Amino acid sequence: MKALCWYGRGDVRVERVPDPELLNPRDAIVKVTRTAICGSDLHLYDAYIPTMRKGDILGHEFMGEVVEVGSGVDNLAVGDRVVVPFPIACGGCYFCQNDLWSLCDNSNPNARLAEALFGHAPAGIFGYSHLMGGYAGGQAEYVRVPFADVGPFKVPESVSDDQVLFLTDIFPTGYQAAEVAGISGGETVAVWGCGPVGQFAIRSALMLGAERVIAIDRVPERLEMAKQGGAEVINYEEVSSRDALTALTGGRGPDVCIEAVGMEAHGMGAAGVYDRLKQELKVETGRPHALREAILACRKGGVVSVAGVFGGFIDKLPMGAAFNKGLTFKMGQTHVHRYLKPLLARIEEGAIDPSFVITHRLALDDAPAGYKMFRDKHDGCVKVVLQP
Amino acid sequence: MTLLVAGAALVGLGVAVALGARARSRTPNDRRIRIEQHVTINRSPEELYRVWRNLEGLPQIMRHLESVSELTEGRSRWTAKAPLGQSVSWEAEITQDLPGQIIAWRSLAGADVKNAGSVSFTALPGARGTDLKVVLAYEPPAGKVGAALAKLFGEEPEMQLREDLRRFKQRMETGEVATTEGQPSGRA
Repeated sequence: MKALCWYGRGDVRVERVPDPELLNPRDAIVKVTRTAICGSDLHLYDAYIPTMRKGDILGHEFMGEVVEVGSGVDNLAVGDRVVVPFPIACGGCYFCQNDLWSLCDNSNPNARLAEALFGHAPAGIFGYSHLMGGYAGGQAEYVRVPFADVGPFKVPESVSDDQVLFLTDIFPTGYQAAEVAGISGGETVAVWGCGPVGQFAIRSALMLGAERVIAIDRVPERLEMAKQGGAEVINYEEVSSRDALTALTGGRGPDVCIEAVGMEAHGMGAAGVYDRLKQELKVETGRPHALREAILACRKGGVVSVAGVFGGFIDKLPMGAAFNKGLTFKMGQTHVHRYLKPLLARIEEGAIDPSFVITHRLALDDAPAGYKMFRDKHDGCVKVVLQP
Repeated sequence: MTLLVAGAALVGLGVAVALGARARSRTPNDRRIRIEQHVTINRSPEELYRVWRNLEGLPQIMRHLESVSELTEGRSRWTAKAPLGQSVSWEAEITQDLPGQIIAWRSLAGADVKNAGSVSFTALPGARGTDLKVVLAYEPPAGKVGAALAKLFGEEPEMQLREDLRRFKQRMETGEVATTEGQPSGRA
């Protein structure tokens, strides 16, 4: 089959590789009909994440048709149309049974690596480095899905691929950021980052009852998309986002601050890596400042909800501000499984059509160009969907 | 479970299963090694006990174990893989057996490597599963056999035990062991 493989910084290629096979009884093989490039794939593309190996197949946002099921999978049949959550969860451990799917105890074959870095190992993730399990991803014609009786979610014919593809990650990710912040009605919410996750956080916050959402970015078409989603916007290249937020919130600050940027850097591992990352960050566009800004801007007693991906260490977190203002922090990889049903219902009832975020469609063969365009934010690129 | 094996493999330290110390200790004149590992498993102590008590099933948990045969009451013969296609074996006896709580064993006289071990099962509060604790103590002999066994255990016996316990937990909680071996990649 054809698959998008990683070879190094800025070097991804579509290669011919062997077809995936069932390796465990609870596996299934899915023929991919749609897959997308995630903002967090850019961390891999830019080689900020260690434990990648040349030839790794990328992709953790994908859906398709079940073409083979293992003997341990009794709830899926060949021909089923499914979306697949990006975290791999076993369904049997304490965490899965407590709705904390991205913290699954059993799905990371390289748990030892993660334990060394994090103390404990979170769930494995498709196509996201060996630290996160080393699983082949879904930017390919076919993908092996472990624990297929737990993850893959059958979707009805009444909704299109484009409408449900983002249930795999970015819609639940934006939604979780808003939900765990306790938005229940009347809040003022600020969202740092108007990439795909930020866009879903904006719409999710409003769906959950926020009265105002203020979105912060610098890319005009992303700010425009945020506006269309119901947000007031701040272009931090034009004005000080701190001053603007103060003015917009009567000096009090947002009740909820959602960070949807993350570190374009994951300081996992050795000090050398960390130092290199710090160096890299200096040439980035102030992204590492988003979390600090969120903490400083947040109203006293408010919630800072982190949707952006962090992997290692960060410097100069204003802990004094966080502590003395009595802030609550919420964060984590998304428990996608938790949100599949309720968010599909939102799509079916017309509350949201997640396909709004798609700006580009490419063939899998053109994925390398898609990565470059997405990273460079060329051509108004917000979200690239690939069709194998 | 190289280690169990090993543990088992290595000779009977009498009952030097001193519970308490956490890592192996080794001094120049003391080859005794003691290791301890814990894993939390989302199953009852009784269920986990039953699996461990079926000694003949242990090779499925312990990677370096070839076979365990139960002999007469409380006694068993263990065979473990050793380097260079060799194997080592020994007889062991169960020294403590409290259903749902603990199984302890030690090698019998005549083993190449004295060893002893225990596995205990403690229900965690709030229905949060079972703390499974394994303690192994063994004394590699001097000379060739000892060297081979040391190699068998590798440099990080705790890590090997930990990985065996992780696989055991996965089997108990999911029925299989997570793997990526055999998946495609763009590596030639």
